[in-house]
Amino acid sequence: MAKSFIAGAKGEKPRSDLRAKYTPSKKPLSISVKSTVETLFGKAIKLQTKNICKDLHIKTGTIEIEDFGALPFVIAARLEAAIKQAHPKLEKESFPLLRDFCLYKSSRDRFRRSRLYLPGNQTNLMLNAGIHKPDGIILDLEDSVSSLEKEDTRYIVRNALRSINFYGAERMVRINQGELGLKDLEFIVPHNVHLILIPKVESAAEIKIIDERILEISKECVRKEPVYLMPIIESGRGVLKALEIAEASPNIVALAIGLEDYTADLGVPRTEDGKESFFARSMIVNAARAAGIQAIDTVYSDVGNEIGLRDSVREAKSLGFDGKGCIHPRQIQPIHEEFAPSTEEIEKAKKIKLAFDEAEKKGLGVVSLGSKMIDPPVVKRALHTINLAIASNLLNPDWKN
Amino acid sequence: MTKIKMIKNAVDRMVPTVVNGVKQTPFQGVGKYKPKGNKAALPIRSCSDFPYDGNKTVKSLEDALKKCDLKNGMTISSHHHFRNGDLVMNQVFDIAAKKNVKGLRWFPSAAFPCHKPVIDHMKNGVIDWVEGSLNGPIGDYASRGKMKGTAILRSHGGRWQAVQDGEVHIDIAIIAAPTADAFGNATGDRGPSACGLLGFGLVDSIYADKVIVVTDNLVPFPCVPWQIQGQNVDYVVVMDKVGEPEKIISGTTKLTKSPDRLYIAELTAKFVQAAGIIKEGFSFQAGAGGTALAFAIFLKEMMKDAGVKARFIRGGSTKYLVEMLEEGLTDFILDGQTFDLEGVRSMRENFGHINTSPFTSYNWHGKGNFASMLDVVVLGATEVDINYNANVVTHSDGKMLHGIGGWQNCLFSKCTILPIPAFRNRIPVIVDEVTTLVGPGELIDVIVTERGIAINPLRKDLIKATKNSGLPIRKIEDIKAEVDDLIGGPPEKAKLTDEVIGIVKWVDGTVIDSIYKIKE
Repeated sequence: MAKSFIAGAKGEKPRSDLRAKYTPSKKPLSISVKSTVETLFGKAIKLQTKNICKDLHIKTGTIEIEDFGALPFVIAARLEAAIKQAHPKLEKESFPLLRDFCLYKSSRDRFRRSRLYLPGNQTNLMLNAGIHKPDGIILDLEDSVSSLEKEDTRYIVRNALRSINFYGAERMVRINQGELGLKDLEFIVPHNVHLILIPKVESAAEIKIIDERILEISKECVRKEPVYLMPIIESGRGVLKALEIAEASPNIVALAIGLEDYTADLGVPRTEDGKESFFARSMIVNAARAAGIQAIDTVYSDVGNEIGLRDSVREAKSLGFDGKGCIHPRQIQPIHEEFAPSTEEIEKAKKIKLAFDEAEKKGLGVVSLGSKMIDPPVVKRALHTINLAIASNLLNPDWKN
Repeated sequence: MTKIKMIKNAVDRMVPTVVNGVKQTPFQGVGKYKPKGNKAALPIRSCSDFPYDGNKTVKSLEDALKKCDLKNGMTISSHHHFRNGDLVMNQVFDIAAKKNVKGLRWFPSAAFPCHKPVIDHMKNGVIDWVEGSLNGPIGDYASRGKMKGTAILRSHGGRWQAVQDGEVHIDIAIIAAPTADAFGNATGDRGPSACGLLGFGLVDSIYADKVIVVTDNLVPFPCVPWQIQGQNVDYVVVMDKVGEPEKIISGTTKLTKSPDRLYIAELTAKFVQAAGIIKEGFSFQAGAGGTALAFAIFLKEMMKDAGVKARFIRGGSTKYLVEMLEEGLTDFILDGQTFDLEGVRSMRENFGHINTSPFTSYNWHGKGNFASMLDVVVLGATEVDINYNANVVTHSDGKMLHGIGGWQNCLFSKCTILPIPAFRNRIPVIVDEVTTLVGPGELIDVIVTERGIAINPLRKDLIKATKNSGLPIRKIEDIKAEVDDLIGGPPEKAKLTDEVIGIVKWVDGTVIDSIYKIKE
């Protein structure tokens, strides 16, 4: 009996996903489609399946589609994954159209207060993720994807990067460790990923290998924009090497800590008040500041506990962190609120900004407020506070008028 | 099947002129149809025909049905306050089957999945058709054109209107009552099977030829409160258990955890706030359904922040509304049906938790009703079109799967909002033309989706009030275009035959749309 290759939806009642089964043979291509939305989309699914086979030069064999309301980008990813399982050396690819709304750029210093983790194979969570307005959206290829699904998930993440409107959120992907991670890069670098999270980093050398590979792929696909990096420190060794890691590449814009793995490495339970990780978190903040990049705190995993989340964000802020991870969209708003500057901070920043503008107008090199001279880092911090206040809806963008 | 004559109504929908042998009036526009003449009335009764000692108990349900002279072709009615936990109606039809009675019409206020055995009674001819809100398996059965009669879908208010108009004459009303006395006074708020209230059975008790109260908690006269009055009751039957109150909690009364739905609910509450609706003494209705419940919770926080109290909330009550009552955020809950056991408890214990009926809330032939007095109501929908017409009874693939409930009646509130996801599992919710038109667009004011808020252009006041609110207010066409793009182009049309398997009545008794058999 001919061997079949299956990609996609697991379980009894998947939603917004699809199971594609490909059985290679010498017989002319035959396609069958079953769908929970067959009346409404049956023809469209069949047509798309044919087109993808054309893209991939598949002219023989049997394709069986079992659809549960998947969107076109998911259909394409599942089908391509099944076919590539059968023909791993097939170089043809089937890209969904790269949408205009996927082309926006990021910047080094943009806010990274909240970054929402989404399992790379859970397509139904991706579609509306941007609506909840996180600063960043992470399509995860690493821990939230089982080892059996790693390869199939790359197609989903690639197609998502080309098809989904994330409404201005920074487009992030967490890659796998080692060789798997280097392969992951091929699926994301050409598709306007803004930032790559690198898990379990313990040395600068790991970053350099990834950075070089990114450069190679960027050249091949004529990508001009840099790919920003956010190494995640998740071990004792990583913590002790924090500064070396933070300075490993000019593309690093932030350093993050992952406490689940870190506490496991230390062999201690992760507690609510977090004494066991105080040193590590402080190390991250100090290394980040030394390298001139952002420090990003771990996720708060008790989704239902908003008070605990707010406490945790206030603590992170007081330690010097600029951002926090989220695993549920409802965490985004509280995080932004807690990272927002206080009224006094805003008032002070406004005064400094006005003095700064005044000095610039007069062509003065030195900013002074009353009789006091203001150092450049203080000015920079005030500008940051102003921007943060505007982003937090606490200050009108044209507050000067 | 004989070909029925179809006619185009005021919203350009083709509707049959005769249904189940009864002449129909096509929809003529909102507030246009006002029938003349007198309401239906019962034959004159004399109390001397009833026991002077007030004891109307008989020994069994079978006995009561026999005394009511159950026979072929009768209309049997029931209420749905036990929702999916009703234990009485399947017994009624089993008895009818045993007695070889055929061709009945079941006229429930709603049917639930627990009534699945009714399908067998339709197959074996005991029941010809079910006339009421068709949910779950019976809806699916009717959808496939297997029901002998044509389904007639009415709102809760429309059911009352149909009885008052004499359009539906009830031969025998079965009223399952958690507590009753031997005279027939009955209440739903207490007893081991307490389900809250009995308002949906009120019209049946007043207008049916024969009325049987079935209870598992007989108390000495008087049973108070008496939402059902013994003066309307012929027989009282006592049985072991009439219902499973824990099953009145349906899946639709759980608070949603979906981030998107919570977001929609929050956006809806923000809209209501921006529109200036939240003020001292205002009123609202938010029924079952995860999004509506979440809306109530967001609204509650806003009311607390603003230090504002509502005068009344209309339920479907749930524990969330009960909390608002008990925390002093509203003076009253005017309750049409309890959706959970906290609602049942509160109705029994709280002075401000009042039972209502479709007569007080929804009746087209009343001298006014509560629904139109509401400041704001939030409701669901399966589809909305770019003219704000909405559908709650069929899906985009044409399958009839939901009843109307009080939905049509509630459209008359001062501000009607439909918080709905812009698409479900690739199926868009905003369409060019609804599959079945259940609510005319002129009564639907606002659509709130995760991709923006659309305000009906007729509501210039709401547009003006929320203009500078910072809320994502967009044209309905723009939201539709975005979703159509996301799902890879709009779907194909439902594949339907021209065979009418159901009609949708407007609140005044006219026919607003037809439901067709789907092509298999």
